[in-house]
Amino acid sequence: MSLFDVFNTAGSALNAETLRLNTTASNLANAESVNGDPSKIYRARHPVFQTMMDNSAANFDQEDAGVGVRVLGIVESTAPPLMRYQPDNPAANKDGYVFSSNVNSIEEMTNMISANRAFATNVDAINTARDLLLKTISMGH
Amino acid sequence: MFENVFGIHEQALLLQGQRVGILATNLANADTPNYKARDIDFSAVLSKTDAAPLPLTVSDGAHIMLNDPTTPSAELKFRNPYQASLDGNTVEMPIEQAAFAENNVRYQASLGFINGTIAELTLAINGQ
Repeated sequence: MSLFDVFNTAGSALNAETLRLNTTASNLANAESVNGDPSKIYRARHPVFQTMMDNSAANFDQEDAGVGVRVLGIVESTAPPLMRYQPDNPAANKDGYVFSSNVNSIEEMTNMISANRAFATNVDAINTARDLLLKTISMGH
Repeated sequence: MFENVFGIHEQALLLQGQRVGILATNLANADTPNYKARDIDFSAVLSKTDAAPLPLTVSDGAHIMLNDPTTPSAELKFRNPYQASLDGNTVEMPIEQAAFAENNVRYQASLGFINGTIAELTLAINGQ
């Protein structure tokens, strides 16, 4: 684990947080989409993060220093869809009901803020590591 | 003659460099479920190098150095969270950011001391 590893570590986090922002954008865009069939509605998607363990590098004290984060997969929310009586909606089923997506807009907004903060923090870490490395390179001048 | 010219700062710089990486890992995994924040006990590691026995004289390539002073061994420890979170993650953003900033200052301080020593030596060599 050295200063150069910060770029890999924080870089992987930037990647993961970007994917999280993408799913949030997708969820918010589809928040109001409706369908007459509850099994065909858009379901909120959320990424699951996992620590990448680096076993190849010679880490100090034989301990596995985790490096970076990756997206293990995307899970779909199992929350029940919202049922509305809208017989004039072209997507309504024969009983006049439509089912809207199970996206929770407030949850998505807070998720977005969290991803935003995490992204900024990791950019900060990269900038700090770069500054320290540049100062180390110019040591003695 | 110039073996130990930088004193403790040489080892401190290496250790702080490692710590930047560890703290960056914590920051990167701030939203990873079940990730446990890690850190090194800086003062403990540094005091260990302080109490290290005098280096052995190596007069032959086959001789083995005791406690190679160039690589301070840092033991990774887990951080105790102030407030446990539901997903098992123990990264507390403000704590990590504060530690990161503190380590940044310490690194630059060590670097400053080393630069000062180099400037002094250059002055002594050039004589002006």
